[in-house]
Amino acid sequence: MIRIFKIALRNLLRYKRRTLLTSLLITFGIVLVILFSGLAGSFKTMMIGQITDSNLAQMQIHKKGYVSSIDTMPLNLTLDIKRYKKIEELLSSHTEILAWAPRIKLNAMLSNFTDTTNIRLNAISPEKEVLVCPDVGTRMTFDKKREPGELLTPGEVIIPEKLAKGMKLKIGDPIVLVANNKDGSVNGLNFTIAGIIESILGPQGKEGYMHIKDAQELLRMDKPEIIEVAIRLHDFDKLDKVYAAVSSKLVGFINKKGMPEFEIHTWDKLSPFSNIAKMIDFMTIAMKIIMIAIVLISILNVMMMSVYERVREIGTMSAIGTSPGKIMSLFLAEGLLLGLISTIIGNIIGLSGIGVLNIYKIRFAFGRQDNLLLAPSVNLTELLWVSGIVLFISVFASLQPAYKASRMEPVDALGHV
Amino acid sequence: MALVQIENVSKIYQTGEVEVAALSDINLSIEKSSFVSFVGPSGSGKTTMLNLIGCLDMPTQGKILVDDRQVGNFNRQERAVFRGDVIGFIFQSFNLFPVLTAFENIEYPLVMIKNEPENKRKEMILNVLDSVDMLNQKDKFPDQLSGGQKQRIAVARALVTQPKLVMADEPTANLDKASSINVIRLMRDMKDKFGTTFIFSTHDPRIMEEAEIIHTLVDGKLA
Repeated sequence: MIRIFKIALRNLLRYKRRTLLTSLLITFGIVLVILFSGLAGSFKTMMIGQITDSNLAQMQIHKKGYVSSIDTMPLNLTLDIKRYKKIEELLSSHTEILAWAPRIKLNAMLSNFTDTTNIRLNAISPEKEVLVCPDVGTRMTFDKKREPGELLTPGEVIIPEKLAKGMKLKIGDPIVLVANNKDGSVNGLNFTIAGIIESILGPQGKEGYMHIKDAQELLRMDKPEIIEVAIRLHDFDKLDKVYAAVSSKLVGFINKKGMPEFEIHTWDKLSPFSNIAKMIDFMTIAMKIIMIAIVLISILNVMMMSVYERVREIGTMSAIGTSPGKIMSLFLAEGLLLGLISTIIGNIIGLSGIGVLNIYKIRFAFGRQDNLLLAPSVNLTELLWVSGIVLFISVFASLQPAYKASRMEPVDALGHV
Repeated sequence: MALVQIENVSKIYQTGEVEVAALSDINLSIEKSSFVSFVGPSGSGKTTMLNLIGCLDMPTQGKILVDDRQVGNFNRQERAVFRGDVIGFIFQSFNLFPVLTAFENIEYPLVMIKNEPENKRKEMILNVLDSVDMLNQKDKFPDQLSGGQKQRIAVARALVTQPKLVMADEPTANLDKASSINVIRLMRDMKDKFGTTFIFSTHDPRIMEEAEIIHTLVDGKLA
């Protein structure tokens, strides 16, 4: 086998310019895929992190039917303390789950005593919220530094940036929030603006924040109720696995009508960014298809030329007793080596490129965060996968020319001019 | 004792709708350790005869026995194995592999066909290189050798597996007179040394003189 590869390598070096050009073309395809995967993957991971860590959380549990009517923020689909305890019990049994936090979502009217407008509010328990959304405070502006668990205290609200501008409100201003509870009765409470929050992708990114106790008082809840439970995992990569496990257990909770009581959604079912993430994945696949086409056409072309140029040589091999299988192996080895050399060079250049991009960091602004860094990286699995594809396609593209060489009749091949 | 037995062999080529008889009703026997030449003008059927005996081609009719085996019934794989085991080839254009050195060209059939172990291989190659007086050229590539030297390496490659039969189709056609005589005498020396049967074709009268047995072909028939 070593001898076959030795002969194959020498035959590749025999046509140096052609081998170099083909190898460069394949290398270019591999570098393109590595750099694009690194950059696009890094952008996607960072954006998902921004969305899940600052606002949405990685998973959410609601009363069944809430998400389908989320735009109206219905208050009749709440979870009472008994149901919340059931969910807590379930979540605490999963070691993969890091934290969870209760939330109430509500619509209210905000008045600055001159003008009135509507506002969507996310009522949170700050000390629990920072555990599921550790970056929640990074989008907020305060008049003084606040600890992560003390983003707001009862009596304070954080309002969206655009609303603050439109209503000419600033930090420390008093406002009134008026809301209907689920029975339709109206209640109003005075609040102080504790901070301003920038918006993020999706309707949930335009919400203000208030304390969950204030929401329960504003909505005149006799007993504590919540709307959703936000969840964060230890390892985001295990999202699908944990989702499946929790989901399968939630199905076991049935209401009096025999219908499921709860529903659970992962972040991608709740944010429009998931479509952009899918587009990034699609573009990465498209890049890989382009690379496959480059490898397939280049190697097929080179190997066909190689066979046509060496017909007499193939005839000699065959005449002196080389089996058709060994002749085929010789040409397959050539294709494989061409792919292997290109893969090694492509991986070296691609990884070096990723390294350079990490040294000369790519910065970009996203809302209030104007110094976000892209940290392109390619994991080993991705690298092995790309390399594996190139090697497989190299052999696959060599199959037809190699088979043709192995089927040549020595008497015809020796007489070839 | 006959190494090659040819009985009523004909070879007809179909070119379009025209049938061309390259060989017609040939009956022939070639003894072991003989030095045989097929002679005749171009188109007389010399190459076809060598191709049939060398299992490179199949007869249209008749029976060919080489080393007591009827080669006409072999499939592609069996023919390749038989050629590797029993027959060595020397070509008019030397047909050395350009990417291999002289040593590696001779080593090729031992590695790719015979799977001989490395230590035994080396001994066999050096022995045959010494026999063809090319030991000092063993590390050169074919394009660094003269025509005569290339053909000596080709002879060594044909002999290194110790075949019973060596086929040489016009082995001196691309050589000057001195080299031609040298190569033919080398082949005859090898026949004497290893007891190998040599069958070659030529239309060069000076080379014919070196053959022990001459079969003349005219229009596909033995004269």
